Order: sequence, then C-alpha cells, then structure tokens
Amino acid sequence: MSISLLLEQTLNGLQFGVMLFLIAAGFTLVFGIMNLVNLAHGSFYMLGAYLFATVLQHVTSFWLSVAIAVFATGFAGALLEKVALKPLYKRPYLDQVLATLGLILFFNELTRVIWGSQPLNVTLSGTLNSSVSVGLGISYPVIRLVILAMGVLVALGLYLGITRTRTGMLIRAGASNRVFIGALGVNVNKVFSWAFSVGAALAGLAGALASPILAVEAGMGESILIFALIVVVIGGIGSFRGAFAAALLVGLIDTFGRLLLPPLFGDIAVYILMAVVLFWRPQGLFPAHG
Amino acid sequence: MKKLLVGALLGSAAIAYGNAWADDTIKVGFIASLSGNQAVVGRELLDGFNLAVKELGGKLGNMKAEILVRDDQGKPDAGAQAAERLVQRDRASIVTGVNLSNVLLAVVPKVAEANRTFISLNAGPSVLAGSDCSSSFFSVAHQNDTVPEAMGMHLNKVGVKNLYIMAPNFAAGKDMVAGLKRTYKGGVAAEVYTQFGQLDYSAELAKLRSAKPDALYVFYPGGMGINFFKQLAQAGLKDEIPVYGVYATDQTVLPAIGEAALGVESTAYWSEQLDNDLNRRFVSSFEKEYNRIPSPYAAMAYDGARLIDAALKANGNKYGSAKDFARAMHTPTFRSIRGDFKFNTNNFPIQSHYLLKVEKDAQGRLVNVVTAKINDAYADAYVGECKLSAPKS
Repeated sequence: MSISLLLEQTLNGLQFGVMLFLIAAGFTLVFGIMNLVNLAHGSFYMLGAYLFATVLQHVTSFWLSVAIAVFATGFAGALLEKVALKPLYKRPYLDQVLATLGLILFFNELTRVIWGSQPLNVTLSGTLNSSVSVGLGISYPVIRLVILAMGVLVALGLYLGITRTRTGMLIRAGASNRVFIGALGVNVNKVFSWAFSVGAALAGLAGALASPILAVEAGMGESILIFALIVVVIGGIGSFRGAFAAALLVGLIDTFGRLLLPPLFGDIAVYILMAVVLFWRPQGLFPAHG
Repeated sequence: MKKLLVGALLGSAAIAYGNAWADDTIKVGFIASLSGNQAVVGRELLDGFNLAVKELGGKLGNMKAEILVRDDQGKPDAGAQAAERLVQRDRASIVTGVNLSNVLLAVVPKVAEANRTFISLNAGPSVLAGSDCSSSFFSVAHQNDTVPEAMGMHLNKVGVKNLYIMAPNFAAGKDMVAGLKRTYKGGVAAEVYTQFGQLDYSAELAKLRSAKPDALYVFYPGGMGINFFKQLAQAGLKDEIPVYGVYATDQTVLPAIGEAALGVESTAYWSEQLDNDLNRRFVSSFEKEYNRIPSPYAAMAYDGARLIDAALKANGNKYGSAKDFARAMHTPTFRSIRGDFKFNTNNFPIQSHYLLKVEKDAQGRLVNVVTAKINDAYADAYVGECKLSAPKS
C-alpha cells in the first residue's frame, strides 16, 4: 500500500470516527449517566439532517443552516425528554427499549408526513463542494475535512465542559450518586434535561454535517445507530473518553478493514473488534466509573 | 299474504341489486411496501396505479374498480399474509403491485393457489420467468436480468476492455452482475461487493482510483446510490472514469443525488424523456397530480393499471377465470407508454431497451435523456425453461 493511500484512508477513517463520536457522545451520556436506553437517538441524527437540508434551501449559508439545525434538534430533544422519556427513567431497560423503538417508527413516519418519502437533496456550493490538496498528491473533499475539524473541536469542548465546569461536575456527581446530589439541593432532573438536549443537538450536528455525503432519507438514523451502539459498548458505557477513543478506532478499523481484508472479513471487522473487547474487557476500554 | 308478496318482491329486488352490484365491480388487491425503508418505491407504484385508475374514471374494464391497498412493510411474510386475505376473504380477482423480489416469491403462490391472477409491477425474478412460470402470473415491467444484459451489449459496442464492477452484496446485486456478464465480452478489472446498506464508500473508492479501469459499472438502488454517487463525485472520480449504472439514477433518487449524477449513463426500457404521445401525456399528468417527475416504478404501475383495463375489456368486461383472463392479457389491444410491447410465452415482456444519460432539462431539473436504442423486441434468457405454450386467442 502506497503512503498516499495510507494517508487518504487514515483521513477517511478519522472522519468517519469523529462523526460516530458526535452521535455516540449523546448516546453514552444518556445511557451511562441517566440510565436510559434511548434507541431513538438516531432519530435526532435524522432530524438534524432533514432540518439542515430544508434550511439550506432557504438561507444558502452552510454555517447558519448548521446552527439552526443543531439548535432546533436540541430543542426537539428537550421537548421529547419532557413529554415522552421522563416517565421511562425508573422503568426497566426492556420497557425503555420498547418505547424508544416505537419512537423510531414514529419519527420515520413523521419525516414522511412532513417531507414526503423521497430523499432530500443537499448540494453545497463554493469551496465546501470542492477538494483541496492535503499533500502527497492527494486532493481531499473539503466537507470531509470540515467534519473532521468540527468533530475534534466538539470533543475538546465536551472534555473541557465535563471536567472543568460546574455543570460538568454536577453531571458527573449526579451520575455517581443521584440521591445524594439531590439532597444537597441540586435539581438533578434539570441538569439531566440539559444534558439530554445537548446530546440530541450533537446528534443533530452529526446529521447536518453528514448530509452532504450521505442520503437524507427516512430511516437513516438506524444504520448509523448500530455503529454508535458498538462505539458505546467498546468505549465503556457512560465514558466520553472511551466514546472518543472507540469512535476513532471503529472508524479506522472499518475503513482499513474494507480496504485490506478479504470482503467477508472487511465487512465484519468492527463486530469482531466488539466481540474481542467484550470478551477481554466487558466493562469497555475506558469504563466511566472506577 | 300482501306482506309476504311485498317481502318477496323486496327480497328479489335486493338479490337483483346485489347481483348487479357484483357484476359492476372488479376487486383488485394492491400490495407494496408502503412503510419501512422501501416505502419510496412502494408509494411510487401506488401513485402511478392510482393515476391510471383515476384517468379511466375510477373504472377498470368498464367496471367500478375497488382497489384494496395493503402494506407488505418490505417483508415476505407480511406480503404473503396480505395476499392470502385478499384472495380468500376479500375475494379479489386480481392482485398486483409488489416492489421486492423476495416478497413477490412469497406472494405469488398464495394468489396462484386460489386460481386468481397476479400482475407484478416491478419485480421479475428469474425463477418465475423460467421453471416456475404460470398462467396466473404476469410481469408488466421486466425480468430482472434484461436491463444489465442491455448494458453489457452497450459496453461491448463502446469497446470497454477493463471494467470495474461494484454492487451491494445481496441477491439482486449478484443478479445484476450475472446479467451483465451474460452479454459483456470484455475483461473485468475487479468485482467488488459492498455491504448492503453501506454508508461510507471511501475505502472502495480509493481501491477504484488505484485500479485505473476503462469504465465503472454499478448497481446501487435507493439510498445506497445516493451515498455512492455523492462520494464518487466528491472524490473527483466521476470525471476520471466513465460511469455506467442500472437502476441507480431514476427519479426516486436523482433529485437527492443532484449534480453528482450528471453524465451517468444507464440502460432501461422506459424513461421520463421517452418520446411518444402516450408517455408525454403520462409524464405531464403525473407531474400535475403529484408535483414531481415520475420514476420507472410509477410508470410501470400506470402501465399495469391500463393493461388490466385493456385485458378486462378484451375479456368482455369481466374477469372470468384465471385462464380466460390470461388469454385476454395476450390480446394486443393494450398500448404501452414504452412503445412496442408484448408478452412472451412466459408472461414476461418482450420490449426494447435504451441508453439513457443524466442531463438537465429546460427547467434545469435532472432527467434521464434517451441517447440511443440498444436492442429491439428483446426477450429474457429464461423463456426456454418455461413450459407454458402461447395461448390461442
């Protein structure tokens, strides 16, 4: 394999990885810290993509469209948490899975009702729709570099937010001992509602950024959710650090697996990785608690 | 006595009315994927079918048409159950629709066992064209292999020597490659099967770039095609390698792929740009009704409804039995929006295939322009395995 192919594929793998991280971050937060299995998390990704595609047609500015899609998805997340998910916090996992599976079907049909069953068009203009030279004679799509940069920035921001701010501290404390932090006079539910909404917004960001590369259609959330679940399991449930490391690992292994391994193994490389991790470290690579 | 007489009169009137009503109505079952990830195609079929019935004044064969719409959710078992209920409980004479081959294979036996007729509007698996052909089954659209076979013929004509082949790893993907290879005579640079529903093709595109083939042949239906073509164009490969596709650039995905599809060539037996009176009228009334350009799925459903109408009329405005109706289906009163069309002895179409190219129309929308005719009155490869003989009309 030539060095330029290696570089190009590394970029591809990292870019796929950070996109998975954006989705997995919210998922792991809700799963690990709020103890809720939200299978409908992929629907926020879909919602972000649909909102972005719709807004882009009217305002033409890429960044403004991304911002609107992210805020609107975050708001939808807050609304959903309040209306549908709060009663599920204390229920067993099976109830949560059943209810959120129903939400997936609901959101898929909702997009069909609002936007029709035809996939939406997302065409970028100008620099974003072109390629730049990244050295070694490779020209690489600008939009993939943008995804990569945004993913790294968001990961950094989340890391600082969780470790350095008071809200981050409350989230960590609430996760460790919900009753105790409540007794100290902190409104735990409010903190969690905010966390849920941020998680939804991040999935919306992933959807918006992915829409120039991938099809914007009903059901697009499920295909990516499977990867996000794998990332969360490999990284350790509830762990941001784990989600970031595992997302990059999954992105790279998926890309290089398809490039180097025989077809059958290339397709299942990621699943083999998950099986191996579950066997040796069932708690994940970077467990959140202890 | 008087009461009894009135009662008897009323009773016989009711019976007479009931009979009259029964004779004046034709029940047609319509099964397609109306939910789930295949819903785009299922809804195209339904829209095309409904448009034809509406244009025929809500009638098929001069009888009031009662269309019983059922959702197979993209699942064979749901489709089979719907078909069984349609023929057993609802007493539908004709069942039609079905966009997926695996659903079709589950549905057809249920209809054939009840001695009714199934008319496929899209899927046409080889087994139903060959050994399992039946007088209860007709395919309006195609046998799955014929479109890639036409592509093979075209690639021979262009003189492609080193072809790179890509398709998703599932039954239809393998069929589309097998069909191509039946006619394609040149060499194959590589044959790559990607995961069904794959999102990111960057690794495969890098392999493609380093292989430097003469041409690329792809079969990526639905969302996979949108992902693939966008990424192909972003990687700058679309301008380096000529791209030939089958079932990959129709109007269900073309608006979503956008400019990334410009210049892609494909083969088909119908296009929204096919130049004949009937087709022009269909495309413009479909656009007026649904505000979008019709896809081949909608077109075949439209043709299918009109074919049912023509066959019922040829059969004396009734369904009769599956045998009578099959004979009527072969009578050539039906005019397809595809132009020349007739049924082969295996009840699959004999039709022409065209070369299409994605270009912009006068309004700047992407359409499949017809650039050449590839073959005339082309029959599928499986007709020899079918034991049916040509019905005598």
